[in-house]
Amino acid sequence: MLATLFKFKGGVKPASHKDESTLAPIARAPLPPRLVVPLRQSAGGTPQPLVTAGQKVFKGERIGAPEGNFSAAIHAPTSGIVLGVESHMLPHPSGLSAPCVVIEPDGEERWIERVPVNYATESPDALRDLLRDSGVVGLGGATFPSHLKLKPGTAGRIGTLIVNGAECEPWITCDDLLMRERAGEIVHGIAILRHIASADRVLIGIEDNKPQAIAAMRAASAQATGVEVVPVPTRYPAGGEKQLIRVLTGIEIPYGRFGTEFGVQCFNVGTAWSVHRAIEKGEPLVSRIVTLTGNVERPGNFEVSIGTPIDELLKLVAPRADTDRYIMGGPMMGFTLPRTDLPLTKAANCILAASPALIPHPGPEMPCIRCGACTRACPAELQPHELYWFARAKNFGKAQEYGIFDCIECGCCAYVCPSNIRLVDYYRFAKSSMRTLEREKAAADAARERFEFRNQREEREKTEKAARLAAKTAASRQAIADGEKPAAAQAPPVTDSAPALPQLDETKRALIAAAFARTQAQKDSVQPKNTDNLTPEKQAEIREIEARRAQVREMAKTPPEEPV
Amino acid sequence: MNGSPHLHLPISVRLVMLKVLIALLPGIAVYVWFFGAAILVQIALASAAALAGEAAMLRLRGKPMGLFLADGSALVTAWLIALTFPPIVPWWLTVSATLFAIVVAKHLYGGLGQNPFNPAMVAFCVSIIAFPALMSQWPAVGFTDFAAQMRVVLQSQSAQDAVTMATPLDALRTQLHTPEARATVAGVLGSHATFGNIGGKGWEWIALAYLAGGLWLLQQRIITWHVPVAFLGVLALIAGGFSLGNPERFAGPTFHVITGGAMLGAFFIATDPVSGATTPRGKLLFAAGAALLTWIIRNFGAYPDGMAFAVLLMNMCVPLIDMGTQPPVFGRKDEGRNGRTP
Repeated sequence: MLATLFKFKGGVKPASHKDESTLAPIARAPLPPRLVVPLRQSAGGTPQPLVTAGQKVFKGERIGAPEGNFSAAIHAPTSGIVLGVESHMLPHPSGLSAPCVVIEPDGEERWIERVPVNYATESPDALRDLLRDSGVVGLGGATFPSHLKLKPGTAGRIGTLIVNGAECEPWITCDDLLMRERAGEIVHGIAILRHIASADRVLIGIEDNKPQAIAAMRAASAQATGVEVVPVPTRYPAGGEKQLIRVLTGIEIPYGRFGTEFGVQCFNVGTAWSVHRAIEKGEPLVSRIVTLTGNVERPGNFEVSIGTPIDELLKLVAPRADTDRYIMGGPMMGFTLPRTDLPLTKAANCILAASPALIPHPGPEMPCIRCGACTRACPAELQPHELYWFARAKNFGKAQEYGIFDCIECGCCAYVCPSNIRLVDYYRFAKSSMRTLEREKAAADAARERFEFRNQREEREKTEKAARLAAKTAASRQAIADGEKPAAAQAPPVTDSAPALPQLDETKRALIAAAFARTQAQKDSVQPKNTDNLTPEKQAEIREIEARRAQVREMAKTPPEEPV
Repeated sequence: MNGSPHLHLPISVRLVMLKVLIALLPGIAVYVWFFGAAILVQIALASAAALAGEAAMLRLRGKPMGLFLADGSALVTAWLIALTFPPIVPWWLTVSATLFAIVVAKHLYGGLGQNPFNPAMVAFCVSIIAFPALMSQWPAVGFTDFAAQMRVVLQSQSAQDAVTMATPLDALRTQLHTPEARATVAGVLGSHATFGNIGGKGWEWIALAYLAGGLWLLQQRIITWHVPVAFLGVLALIAGGFSLGNPERFAGPTFHVITGGAMLGAFFIATDPVSGATTPRGKLLFAAGAALLTWIIRNFGAYPDGMAFAVLLMNMCVPLIDMGTQPPVFGRKDEGRNGRTP
């Protein structure tokens, strides 16, 4: 049965430039002399290093433990020796640095013991944990941990699984080649994803400019029931998760909601391939397919070990002399790399060499003439020119009201803008400013609450103390007046810290002794520290954390080594 | 700054404006055919004044001169002024009106993209209020002698009754809708030399040429269908309704659509993106409102054509229209048409 296709509004049709890099089959990139593996390569927490300098590691050995469930493990991409855990600049628009495990490969590619798992006999929970520990994240570029996307949502379960082979960005062909060459393995991965999600049907969306990939995927999935390969019209951003879900199912997932809430979830074909390898071969995610294309002599696709320095890769394709910048990701959503000696991460689907002739620099920015070309191109159905005014005027409230967070930053608006306005940059600025303001506000609120609470507590303690004092005084006066035997007799023996009070009369001495006794009793009854009485496991954990903190402090002291 | 997207369509403000100018060419050619070459002189005068005013204001405001002079927006304003003014108005009126449009209506409001009112229409309204007689001095059909036209433009000879004539709209209005009017539509149309087959003699062909240029702009995706369709549709609907109700007093839809500034306005003036509404429903409302006001002013107002006033009045409503017609965002359609959560 042919699925009914839905349309998404907007979108653009830039020249695809796919043919350049699809002539040669996927080649294996050689191991570089040094691998720099960032510990944080997915959305969520930063994994903690499990290795130290000088340690030998096997290929696929875990070198970073997932921090909590909202994270994914990191593995050694090859066998070799750990040179250290150091801070390195990451391929990220901000140019930030983060801890990386540096490995010198021994060239032997010795795997850890690989344990294939028969997914059919495993529970979804166990498989999800396995995916987390195998470091499987979305390879479409967002690197969201896959096991989290497989949790059943409010709709009960994921009825429809969408597999994203659309690959709508110009120049990128890594998914295309993967589907052409490894369709069988992708379909195996899809079967596992489907098992975990207990999905009824699977829709594999592929843009109709990839007939070979469509044919390969159809042939590989011919036996499977409920799996359908659906060619979708080529129109950027058809491969955007929300757009593809809309095209294939008609469901529109608004900002801030998840597919699982609507009984649908979307995975990239590369992710499905990694799922197959992680479960059925026991091989964690240590490599990915990367398109190296643009202004180069020999464009193509390569299977690259995570952590390979990008400049090592570029040697394989011979960039031309007039190349003036390198873009990671596609030309619509990718970013210009600040340098090329940065490690390749799980997020890197393409390195595009750009020259002024091939990808011209934008012309000077003119004022907005409200022509509305952006509105017609916006797949999120926003009014980009209005958002531009609000972002420019720092009128963030209005920007939010007009849906700035619904913007997927696909770049269609800026692509069609006759005034050359860098619209997406304005939106990014507004969004990050709003997030910062929100964080600051939350921090200020928390501080104010703490302050008010402290004032209240001090006030309360003062009044309580006064009341206690008054009551005590009254009681002791009463006692003296009644001529009763002072409390000294009932009190525990006076400690040697109690001063000798020979000059005082007996009553007073008795009162003081009673006070000391009370203080002592109070001391004894004080709650134990929350670190006492812990289970040995907890204590071990605390020691571990303390050790790790010390290590981090140590790391912070040594200046980060400049990568060569 | 991240910089994405790195790709850009080969399009610019300059190209958009250039296409608008190209789309005006057929209309100008027919104009010259019927009413002589004076219009070309007026276009040249207005263009020179617009560029001079633009250059002076750019210098005063410290803006990059080359970039903005070359954007073509001043030329579009100039050409629209020349095409909406009578072709034999004195040269100084064309020049001063254009300067007013560029200096006051455009640059004092912030320049390109910032003007709330259509500069060409501001120039038209200011001129017709200040110089009603000169602005009603339309050449008679067949008055195409260039030398004679130039003498009028340079005011070495005053325009005489022999060379000027009331426009079709003016003729119809004064004879039908003034208190002493006793004529009927059929009577006026049949008796007057100014009327052609469906509109004004000569003017009807110019209007059709504007239509051709406008359709090309539509095909080029410089404008969308909303404004021309809503403007001409509503104008035809109102005119048709009233002429059905009282055919003796109200002219029919074809006449209204093809006469005066309607066609030029529908494709070239009400479609001005800067001063117009931007949402699809907003454009429909904007154009419908302009059409309604145009028809009212044509029939009951003091001026022969209501297009310019109608557009300016609707320009004022644009912020409100845009605010009230925001379409729903992807995934939020169940929140209602204006379902933005405040």
